[in-house]
Amino acid sequence: MNQYQAFYQRIDKALQNDQLRRNFRSAMDGIRERRLAQFPDDRELQTLRFQAKGIRNRSLSRQAELLERLETKLTENGIQVHWAETPLQANARIHEILEAEQATSVVKGKSMVSEETDLNHYLEQRGIEVIESDLGEYILQMAQEPPSHIIVPAIHKNRFEVAELFQKFHPEQPYTDDVDELTGCARQVLRKKFAYADAGISGVNFAVAETGTLCLVENEGNGRLSTTAPRIHIAITGIEKVVEKLSDVPPLLEILTKSATGQPITTYFNMISRPRQPGEKDGPEQVHLVLLDNGRSRIRNDDELLDTLRCIRCGSCMNHCPVYVHVGGHAYGTTYPGPIGILLEPQRLGIDKVGSLTSACTLCGACGEVCPVRIPLPKLINRLRAEAVEATPGDNGVPGTGALRSRSEALIWKLWKQIYTRSRIYSAFKYLATRLRHIKPPISNGWTRYRPIPTPSSKPLSELARQQGYDDE
Amino acid sequence: MSSARDNILQRLRGNRVDLEQPEQNIPPLEAWSAEQRITRFTENQEAVHGEVHTLPADQWIDWLAKELPKRGLHQVLTGTGDTGNQLGASNIESCVFHQYDQPIESWKPELFSQIDVAITGSRCGIAETGTLVLMPDRDEPRLMSLVPPVHIALLDATKLYQSFAEVIEEERWADGLPTNTLLISGPSKTADIEQTLAYGIHGPKQLITLLLV
Amino acid sequence: MNQPDQIYFFGTCLIDLLYPKAGLAGMALIKRQGVKVIYPANQSCCGQPAFNSGYRQEALAVARAQLNCFPNDYPIVVPSGSCAGMVKHHWPELFAGQPDESQAIAAAQRTYELTEFLVDVLKLKLKDLGQPTRIAIHTSCSARREMGIADRIDSLIAQLSNVQVVEQAHKTECCGFGGTFSIKQPDISGAMVEAKCEALLATGAESVISQDCGCLMNISGSLEHQQRELPTQHVAEFLLQRITGEGK
Repeated sequence: MNQYQAFYQRIDKALQNDQLRRNFRSAMDGIRERRLAQFPDDRELQTLRFQAKGIRNRSLSRQAELLERLETKLTENGIQVHWAETPLQANARIHEILEAEQATSVVKGKSMVSEETDLNHYLEQRGIEVIESDLGEYILQMAQEPPSHIIVPAIHKNRFEVAELFQKFHPEQPYTDDVDELTGCARQVLRKKFAYADAGISGVNFAVAETGTLCLVENEGNGRLSTTAPRIHIAITGIEKVVEKLSDVPPLLEILTKSATGQPITTYFNMISRPRQPGEKDGPEQVHLVLLDNGRSRIRNDDELLDTLRCIRCGSCMNHCPVYVHVGGHAYGTTYPGPIGILLEPQRLGIDKVGSLTSACTLCGACGEVCPVRIPLPKLINRLRAEAVEATPGDNGVPGTGALRSRSEALIWKLWKQIYTRSRIYSAFKYLATRLRHIKPPISNGWTRYRPIPTPSSKPLSELARQQGYDDE
Repeated sequence: MSSARDNILQRLRGNRVDLEQPEQNIPPLEAWSAEQRITRFTENQEAVHGEVHTLPADQWIDWLAKELPKRGLHQVLTGTGDTGNQLGASNIESCVFHQYDQPIESWKPELFSQIDVAITGSRCGIAETGTLVLMPDRDEPRLMSLVPPVHIALLDATKLYQSFAEVIEEERWADGLPTNTLLISGPSKTADIEQTLAYGIHGPKQLITLLLV
Repeated sequence: MNQPDQIYFFGTCLIDLLYPKAGLAGMALIKRQGVKVIYPANQSCCGQPAFNSGYRQEALAVARAQLNCFPNDYPIVVPSGSCAGMVKHHWPELFAGQPDESQAIAAAQRTYELTEFLVDVLKLKLKDLGQPTRIAIHTSCSARREMGIADRIDSLIAQLSNVQVVEQAHKTECCGFGGTFSIKQPDISGAMVEAKCEALLATGAESVISQDCGCLMNISGSLEHQQRELPTQHVAEFLLQRITGEGK
């Protein structure tokens, strides 16, 4: 099965699921409204977006230097730094750390980078118990599903589906589909895990080079628990998350939380700079940071596409995407769904693997309009479409460039070019199309599944304009 | 593993990018008066389901003596610093005070299941977002503000800053940060089920700030 | 910009073949203001279909063929947000490094979407002679976001005293056309346009007006397919009918 067929199957499955579509529609409507309420002054919003873009661009421009400074600072602070080029290297390193400490149970805070490396399965296969502690992630762990959204991972499930999962996995708890009671149930179940887990694994939102500080943004407190209660804390993040200065953090934090969930700030902003110090009574004895590349440094090859790396993972692009709202996150079939997924995943995994994602975009611009760091998402997605059908791929570009070029499609565009560049052929084409307008071409494609083939006018505008006396030059 | 490091850094240096441009900054807000900061802090903390009580600085123990029994909060966790010591000496009716004076490893199950409320100080506050800033230390460890179902924090109203940026600058954070620095805005919450807000998923269900003036 | 003596009208391939009345109406609206309208005979397409499908060489060739149609520095008026957006925002990108780059940039700079031109340049004043009616406006994503001119169609229609505008749910959301998107991702496109139609029908509007024929083709096609009755019309035709009192 080629990637398009697989993609169409996932889309079909999503579109057939009315419940899923209702869940996404109402969730996205709510998030959009809450975000908008945080930005009552559009001019201020636009300035804040420029500021955030500037900070991220500076971070990317000095990335090597900042990563080294980050490493130096963290090391001085007693945090151990590990580097990984591939997901496998990252997973193996994390496993080594756990093994050396005979850690057999792990609680996890939410981390999309660990989804990227499929860390849970890697550790589970090696006999380590891994518990997701973010409520959404925990629900998905019970359901054995990947996240469908990078911020609200279980957004595709309604409370009845969640209630069923709790009943199946925690029959000792009385059945409830009340959200407060379900939350209370999760609190009880997960407390026990936190109380005995050997290690906590988390992501990172910003890694500050200046002070050697790992910043985590969250509402639940599971991130704080994962990074405080167990004796080992391992953070994993992409190398692009480094920022230069502490003063870079407030503007990024503000636009992140407002864009992501419409909150002026999250409940917790957790800044970790050291492991437990002598005399301190809690906190992990060891703190590790795993810095993952996984294609990120390669994305910098391209002057245009490197804007992708500014992303601060707020999810606003998917919240506002008219395609995402209809099909949901799983239809994309990749770790990151929605517009940022369409842009990032083909660059990370290759056009030959997931380049078909670029077709799932109307270029409506809703994502680019809300992106807090002004990534020109539509423009870059369109650029990837060009990469996907490139006739003469070089070797320094996006992996798999040219993989989606088909001879028949290329021929259609060649023909199109012939018609639309030669006025005599174009006139003849229009003459035929208008005079034979009631003879519909025997085309049956996606368009005709939902709409009839449009009927040409009896005469084209070019003829009518001339008849009405408009000059032609 | 050092080769991964070198490879990555080499690639980053090989692909030098220069995107730097003069950066735009948001002009700072008009400075708020002390009263305005108190009002904003209170409004914003309450907007995220936090409770704020403004009290004269010498009356917080009286407030607790009245409220803790009324709210059924009996098992009270305190730190080992001034706040904790004053509380320990206070003899509040029907309250048992537990000082966090041992490493967590020796009493983790008790902390997770038997404490009703923790009472801590705070470093400062942020009016713009209704935020408490804590720097947990050996006297007031990290889990105090996280594990018990209720967290009560004392905040000196003169330590209310306007914005997070101002805190970083005025408190000279760039010179170095302690083990853990926390911004807390409201009780623990989740909206992971149907986008419906529910409180106390992992951390406190209730956050009470005693704003001391 | 002051009112020019003459303009080029870039009718777009879709209007040329499928919706010439919309094009004629747009030209008439401009001509009525005393501006000479030139319709270059050899124009065809801005190149957008190929550009948005990744075939940039083909898009460039077709775009280049248009450059010669607009040799003088008269404004170029386009009765479509997405085609105007293509010329204004993507021609410079498409022609980058080409020998005729400066010509393309110059063309981009003097290109206007029709409603933008009517409001900003002609400062058109309208007197409504039509019967009372209730309409919904669907503004294309290109007009709204790429061109940033969603308020132009609104302000034109607001001048019409007998026209009541009703607002559909999810007004700013894409109708699901997206050019070749509708063929490459037909099921998503179909779901999107059905949702759009439902929202439009729910308003009780008597017709749907838009500045883009791509959206109209998509929406009217879906309505026809669903056998639902809701006329659609390009804004130029609608305005011309209202101020002449002709039409329905």
